[in-house]
Amino acid sequence: MLAALAGLFACQLAGEFLVRALGLPLPGPVLGLLLLLLFLVLRGSVPKSLEVTANGLLRHLGLLFVPAGVGVITQLEPIAGAWPGLLVALVVSTGLALAGTGWLYARMAHRPKGRKA
Amino acid sequence: MTPLQEIWVYLAERPLFALTLTLATWLGAQWIFERSGGRAWANPVLLSVLVLSVFLLASRTEYATYFEGAQFIHFLLGPATVALAIPLYHQLGRIRRNAPAIAAGLATGSLLAVASTLILLALFGAGPLLLASLAPKSVTSPVAMALAEQLGGSPPLAAVHVILTGILGASFGPWLLDRLRIADEAARGLALGVAAHGIGTARALRESARCGAFAGLGMGLNALLTAAYLPLLGGLLSG
Repeated sequence: MLAALAGLFACQLAGEFLVRALGLPLPGPVLGLLLLLLFLVLRGSVPKSLEVTANGLLRHLGLLFVPAGVGVITQLEPIAGAWPGLLVALVVSTGLALAGTGWLYARMAHRPKGRKA
Repeated sequence: MTPLQEIWVYLAERPLFALTLTLATWLGAQWIFERSGGRAWANPVLLSVLVLSVFLLASRTEYATYFEGAQFIHFLLGPATVALAIPLYHQLGRIRRNAPAIAAGLATGSLLAVASTLILLALFGAGPLLLASLAPKSVTSPVAMALAEQLGGSPPLAAVHVILTGILGASFGPWLLDRLRIADEAARGLALGVAAHGIGTARALRESARCGAFAGLGMGLNALLTAAYLPLLGGLLSG
C-alpha cells in the first residue's frame, strides 16, 4: 500500500514537473494521471496494491473537495452583490452542460444493433 | 475567561481541530446521504461545506486558520486525481469504441456551459470581472483559475464558482439525468465530469466504476478543450 501511494505521488510529481518545464495548460495531477495510464497500458495490468489504494482514495473523493469548498466564505462579498445573476447562470449553465453532454453521448453511443454503449 | 473557554480558544487554533471537525462532518454528512436514499439535497459535499461554513462564520474563525488543519485533506486531491487512471484503464476499450460520441458530447457540453454563463451574466448586467471569472467554471479549479486570470478575472472568485458549480452538478445532476431518462452509465459519467469536474466525478464514482471513469475522462478532456478555446474569447470579453 505504501509503495502504491509512493507511486501515485511520484506520478503527480512527474506531472507537476513536466507541466512547468513544458508550460502545458494542464494541472500537474491531470498529467500525472495520463502518465500512470500510460504505465498501466504498457504493463498491461493494474498491480493489486495500486488497485486497492486507488479505490480507497477514490471512495472518499468528495471529502477531498470539502476544504476548498469552505473557501466560499472568503468570497461572500462579491457574491452577495450579484447573487441573482450568479444563481441563474450557475443553475442554467450547469444543467445545460449536463443535459447536452449526456443526451448527445447516449444518442451517438447507442447504435442501431442494440449494442450497449 | 473560564478554563473551559481557554481550552476552547487553544483548541480552535490547532490544526488537529479543523482536521477532526472536517472528517467528523463528512462522516455525518455521508450517513445522512445514505439514510436519505441518495437525495440531491443530501449530497455529502454540499452538506459538509454548508455545515462547516456556518460553523466558521458563527465562531468567527478565519478560513486561513481552518485551512491549516484542513490542508492535510486538501493535499490528497493530487494523488486521488492520479488514481483516476485506474478506473480509466479498465474502461479504455469502451472509450476507444465510443470516441466520436465522447468528442461530440464533450464539445457540446463545454461550449454550452461557457456560452450560457456569459449570456446569462450579461443579461443580468454583470461586469467584465464576473464574466471573466465565471466563464471557465465547469473546468477543474487549477485550470479555471489560470484561465480566469488570463481573461482578466479574479482567480479566487473563479475557484469559488468552480466549487459551487461542482456541488450543484454533483447534487442535482443525477436527478436531472434521471428526469431526462439518460440511464447509460457512461453518458451520465461523461456529463457529470464535463459539467461538474472533480466533484461531479466523486458523485459519479458512487454510481459505478464505469460512471466514475467516464467522469474523470470528461473532467480531464474539458480542462484541455476549454484551455484551448477560452483564451481566444479574451478579446471578445474585454471588448
